[in-house]
Amino acid sequence: MKNRIAWGLTAVLLVCFPLAGGEYYVNFASQIFIAAIFAASLNLLVGYGGLPSLGHASYVGVAAYLSAWLFLKLGFGHWLTAPIALAATTIMAGLFGLIALRATGLGFLMLTLALSQVLWGTAYRWVSVTEGDNGLRGMTRPAPFGISLDDPSAFYYFSLAITVLAIWLMARFVGSPFGATLQGTRDQARRMSALGHNVWLIRWITFVYSGFWGAVSGLLFVYYHKYIHPASLSLTASAEGLIGVIAGGSGTLAGPLIGATIVMILKNYVSSYVERWNMLLGFVFVVIVIFMPDGLVPGVRRLWARWKARP
Amino acid sequence: MQFWIIQTLNSLALGGLLFLLSAGFSLIFGLMRIANLTHGALFMLGAYVGVAIMKYVPNLWLAALLGGLVVALFGGLLERFILRALAGNAFGQVLVTLGVAFIIGDFCLIAWGGDPIPVPTPEYLRRPLIVAGVAFPTYRLVVIGIAVVTAVLLHLLMERTRLGAMIRAGVDDMQMARAVGIPVSRLFTIVFCLGSALAGAGGIIGGPILSAYPGLDFEMLPLALIIVILGGVGSLVGAFVGSFIIGFVYTFGSALLPDLAYVILFLPMIFVIAFRPTGLFGRQTA
Repeated sequence: MKNRIAWGLTAVLLVCFPLAGGEYYVNFASQIFIAAIFAASLNLLVGYGGLPSLGHASYVGVAAYLSAWLFLKLGFGHWLTAPIALAATTIMAGLFGLIALRATGLGFLMLTLALSQVLWGTAYRWVSVTEGDNGLRGMTRPAPFGISLDDPSAFYYFSLAITVLAIWLMARFVGSPFGATLQGTRDQARRMSALGHNVWLIRWITFVYSGFWGAVSGLLFVYYHKYIHPASLSLTASAEGLIGVIAGGSGTLAGPLIGATIVMILKNYVSSYVERWNMLLGFVFVVIVIFMPDGLVPGVRRLWARWKARP
Repeated sequence: MQFWIIQTLNSLALGGLLFLLSAGFSLIFGLMRIANLTHGALFMLGAYVGVAIMKYVPNLWLAALLGGLVVALFGGLLERFILRALAGNAFGQVLVTLGVAFIIGDFCLIAWGGDPIPVPTPEYLRRPLIVAGVAFPTYRLVVIGIAVVTAVLLHLLMERTRLGAMIRAGVDDMQMARAVGIPVSRLFTIVFCLGSALAGAGGIIGGPILSAYPGLDFEMLPLALIIVILGGVGSLVGAFVGSFIIGFVYTFGSALLPDLAYVILFLPMIFVIAFRPTGLFGRQTA
């Protein structure tokens, strides 16, 4: 019940926000939504599947690059580029899953990292397609039902709607019987296997599903910025998502949303003063892992329970 | 003809450098069961520290020795004071090494700026060696020699000394090793220092070929990962063979298909993962 009220209040606040917030904040909030979808999709793997991926930026980058490339170089319309980019990225996630899921644990982490670094290097080197370090410029925002998304508030509501849909569907996924088996494979892979579940297949499906939502966040990313650069595929981008998940609390629904918000605020606030984001990100990693390993949401929940149980 | 010879030498020299990088990575992974994601950053730190040392002492070999020591000290402190605090939490340790890698990367950017810094080749190694009318770049031959000597020394260390026997015992079965009185946690520090020293020295020795530049860290790290995935975790032979395979694939890939050099790197890895997930020289049971 309390949870429902919290989610409901958040929803009302978010819907009213563009009426009160200035353009800068509305734009910033849209970026947070994009980061939140990214972190939530990564959380499916890290939090619910127990599969620590360090290459999740691959899906964001590939979906963004694909749609921008189809739009700019082949002149496809948005109604074509979006589904093609989503489908192709999801297929790529399927192939990556075949490779990465040959291992679990740290082997999985290394494989996802290596795969995404290969894509990152290729985005830099394959100049004839990606324009290398210049990035692909000149992407436009789509106009669904004739509504231009160039207005900050319009884009805000568009990304809010997609974020709500994404979070709702991911919550359904986690709450379903399939989600329960997924958490079973995280906690007791062997027993799940003995019970007759196909552990590998459960993980692979989750991997692909998570990649799909990563791709959705990539599409929003390229619509927002109208630009895509290899940096979006970098290890830093994957690490930002991962630390968002962990800072908020992996394996909880709200955690990655809160964590992604914190990371985005830190990133924007700090980089408007000093250009030392990577160093700060590094310190955030060290501090969070050492002092707050289970993240904010479980941490606060624990404190709350202790406070309620006080004599 | 000249093209093929030069590219082959380049491949071997890159392979040698990669061995210096990945041998430590593989040993650390084998013993401590963590992927040390600072390894690329340590390589870059070594290159920059070497550059700084050579400003005062213009001798590459001395710089490699001192730089290796500095990076080893850094690695030892990292292991002792940060990773030790997270003992038993492998995922947390890996995340911390990643965080430290970001910090080192940004620190180098602050300290040495964004422009690549070339490392001069020692005077007496600049003149190419001419055999039968074909010119061989001397420095690359020396790098290959250093890698082979290092490989032999490491092999002797692992197979012929008491320390090596203890490390092997730790890699094989840590609990048994502890039970028979091997000071495994001291081995952690030793291996971490050794791996860091190799990476740091590799950074300087690679300087005349690669130079020192921001981004070197995360360019080398995936190569080390791919090599260890290829060769098998904790195996020196695996790291050696994997390094030269990747050296060849990367050099020839860059020369023949520059756009897709990185995609080509993929191929041997996928092949090995598909047919032998533990790597070419890894143990079948982890």
